[in-house]
Amino acid sequence: MEENKQYTLFVYSENHIGVMGRITNTFTSRNLNIDSLTVSESEVAGVYRFTIVTHATASLMMLMSKRIERQVDVIKAGYFAEEELVTQEVAMYKLSTDVLTDGMEIERLLRKHSGRILAVHKDYFVIEKTGHKVETQALFEDLKVHGVFEFVRSGRVAISKPMVLFQEILQDVEEEAKQTS
Amino acid sequence: MEVVSKNKSNKAIKPTAIKMSGADAVIRSLIDHGVDYIFGYPGGANMPIYDSVYNMSDEITHVLARHEQGAIHAAEGYARSSGRVGVVFATSGPGATNLITGIADAHLDSTPLVCITGQVNANLLGSDAFQETDVTGITSPITKWNYQLTKKEEIVEVIAKAFYIASTGRPGPVLIDISKDIQFEEIEYELKKHEYIRSYVPYPKLNIEELKEAAELINSAKKPMIIFGQGVILSGAEKQLKELVEKADIPAANTLLGISALDTDHPNAVGMVGMHGNYAPNVLTNSCDVLIAIGMRFDDRITGDLNQYAKQAKVIHFDIDKSEFHKNVKAEVTVLGDAKATLTNVLDYIEKNNHSDWKAEFDKLEAIEKEEIWDKILKPSEGKITMAEVVRDVSKMTDGEAVVVTDVGQHQMFASRYSLFKQTKSFISSGGLGTMGFGLPAAIGAKLGAPNREVVSFSGDGGFQMTMQEFGTIMEYGVTVKQVVLNNGYLGMVRQWQDLFFDKRYASTPMMSPEFGKIAEAYGIEYKKVEKREDLQAALQEMLDCDKSYLLEVAVQEELNVFPMVPGGAAVTEVRLK
Repeated sequence: MEENKQYTLFVYSENHIGVMGRITNTFTSRNLNIDSLTVSESEVAGVYRFTIVTHATASLMMLMSKRIERQVDVIKAGYFAEEELVTQEVAMYKLSTDVLTDGMEIERLLRKHSGRILAVHKDYFVIEKTGHKVETQALFEDLKVHGVFEFVRSGRVAISKPMVLFQEILQDVEEEAKQTS
Repeated sequence: MEVVSKNKSNKAIKPTAIKMSGADAVIRSLIDHGVDYIFGYPGGANMPIYDSVYNMSDEITHVLARHEQGAIHAAEGYARSSGRVGVVFATSGPGATNLITGIADAHLDSTPLVCITGQVNANLLGSDAFQETDVTGITSPITKWNYQLTKKEEIVEVIAKAFYIASTGRPGPVLIDISKDIQFEEIEYELKKHEYIRSYVPYPKLNIEELKEAAELINSAKKPMIIFGQGVILSGAEKQLKELVEKADIPAANTLLGISALDTDHPNAVGMVGMHGNYAPNVLTNSCDVLIAIGMRFDDRITGDLNQYAKQAKVIHFDIDKSEFHKNVKAEVTVLGDAKATLTNVLDYIEKNNHSDWKAEFDKLEAIEKEEIWDKILKPSEGKITMAEVVRDVSKMTDGEAVVVTDVGQHQMFASRYSLFKQTKSFISSGGLGTMGFGLPAAIGAKLGAPNREVVSFSGDGGFQMTMQEFGTIMEYGVTVKQVVLNNGYLGMVRQWQDLFFDKRYASTPMMSPEFGKIAEAYGIEYKKVEKREDLQAALQEMLDCDKSYLLEVAVQEELNVFPMVPGGAAVTEVRLK
């Protein structure tokens, strides 16, 4: 049996209504959960990039990416294992202002975790930390004893280590699309 | 036939922009895309479009079905018999949801359709307005592409894009949802042809290395076997398939939807693979050394237990959809591309060969199947008529030239096993989805798509009752369909499984039927019922000779099972002859 591992799937697509649904439907139809999902415009104007983290086998990831690439509005889809990626996430934590003024503990934690304060209000303040999931989670665990009103973590953003230029892929796809018409 | 194609402006491109309503632009676009028939049903949200159909009824024919499901199956039948895009209309809400089964059916069977649904006014979207449903959301997993039109200036372009997407690459259903408000608005019409979408590669560039590797494997094979599917028909690669089969002398089996891509009496045709396929190709799938799959997708009904499927063979997979590669069966060589293009090019590298010893193995097993099964059900000396007899007699009487349409169930398997075919696009059946109720409406569309061919539709008593309201469509348009109902008083295929795997506990499978003769009479359709073997041939002849639609009911053996059968989840070699 092939083992389930964490993979990061990337999808380059047109920015059209319903594309996200078509991509997530592909997961639903395989009874597969999405761990995190981030969408943003890519280096090519008008082309959007999805970064989707999931747990599956390598062969299923291959099928999934081809299945997603089959969608008319999708330009390219592929996937990477953990070691092939540089990744980052951002997390935010909302706590009572009382704990900030109550001794040195918060200052110590901010220095330890390289967090920073984004906003201070008379009732609450907001800490931000970027890093891997384990790092933002570790700060959360340390802050928990002080009472965290809200904790939120973004989806993963990831850059692949292999040197592949999307512009070149896009050029190839466009050329093939033209030739066949 | 009272209905004839009126669209004479096929591909007539009008160069100058003309002012017209959005609804007129929809119909004008269809006409300019060469559409001759629309199958559909009007309602509140597509009334302006229907008003435009009324305006342009001298150029395009609307066929009013009796239920939207009937309309879409008719569009599927039309697409399958003609090789063109089927067009279907429905209104918003229930009209649109009634299309769902047909859309899913077309999606699994790669049938090119353009479905156009009306939608509530754009300003009401998402407000739970009367007859509002999120049809693009609902159909997203079962369409090749869909789009909600709320801007009038996009109408012409989106329709052009829909035809381009539906008909190219691996075909499939496309849905356009048009809000009612823009159907009224005035636009400048100018025909657009869509021939390029930067993210969509319908016909991938051929890879010569893949073709050479495939040819090398085929040339070196001692026991090669071909399984061809509907991809051959969809790409028009029948001639190339035949050339490959003959040049390399390879036994060739078909899938359910591959039927009629190669003549049934071709010396290399070895029948059908799959759950109710033929004995020889099923068993020998696990003996061949090279398995050449062409335009097929290794459906579970074909492979049975994947862990015991063709493990000894090197698999070559020809397909236009790369997401089919390695999905179910790992391939040694994959050849990406349209079957016609890939086969044409691979033929350059194929050497002439002779595999008579290997083919003899098929003959040997075929003889066993014939003795064990064929003789008993094709020439029974006593008992009620069998479904197989009826199917075979129709084939003989039509000289294998008829378009055979089926519903889903036992009769479908008998029709696929015992029909004889001499030309392509002759077998129209719901393969992937297995949709009961498909048959009669699909036959209506098939006849309009191939008006010069005889269309014979086989249904069971169960499936026929699911869409028999489409007799109304036949009555109204005078479409000549020969409908045979093989009545065994059961939902036969489910009963067969209950017989084999549920201790003969026939839960909800015995079924009463109405007096079909009275129903036929109500619709003004000729009818006869046959119960005795000696009356069968004359009744079939009368039905075939009739120049109008006909319903022939045949009382067949109640508890006859379809064999061979590969039980669900078993290996293809475990195919049972009884």
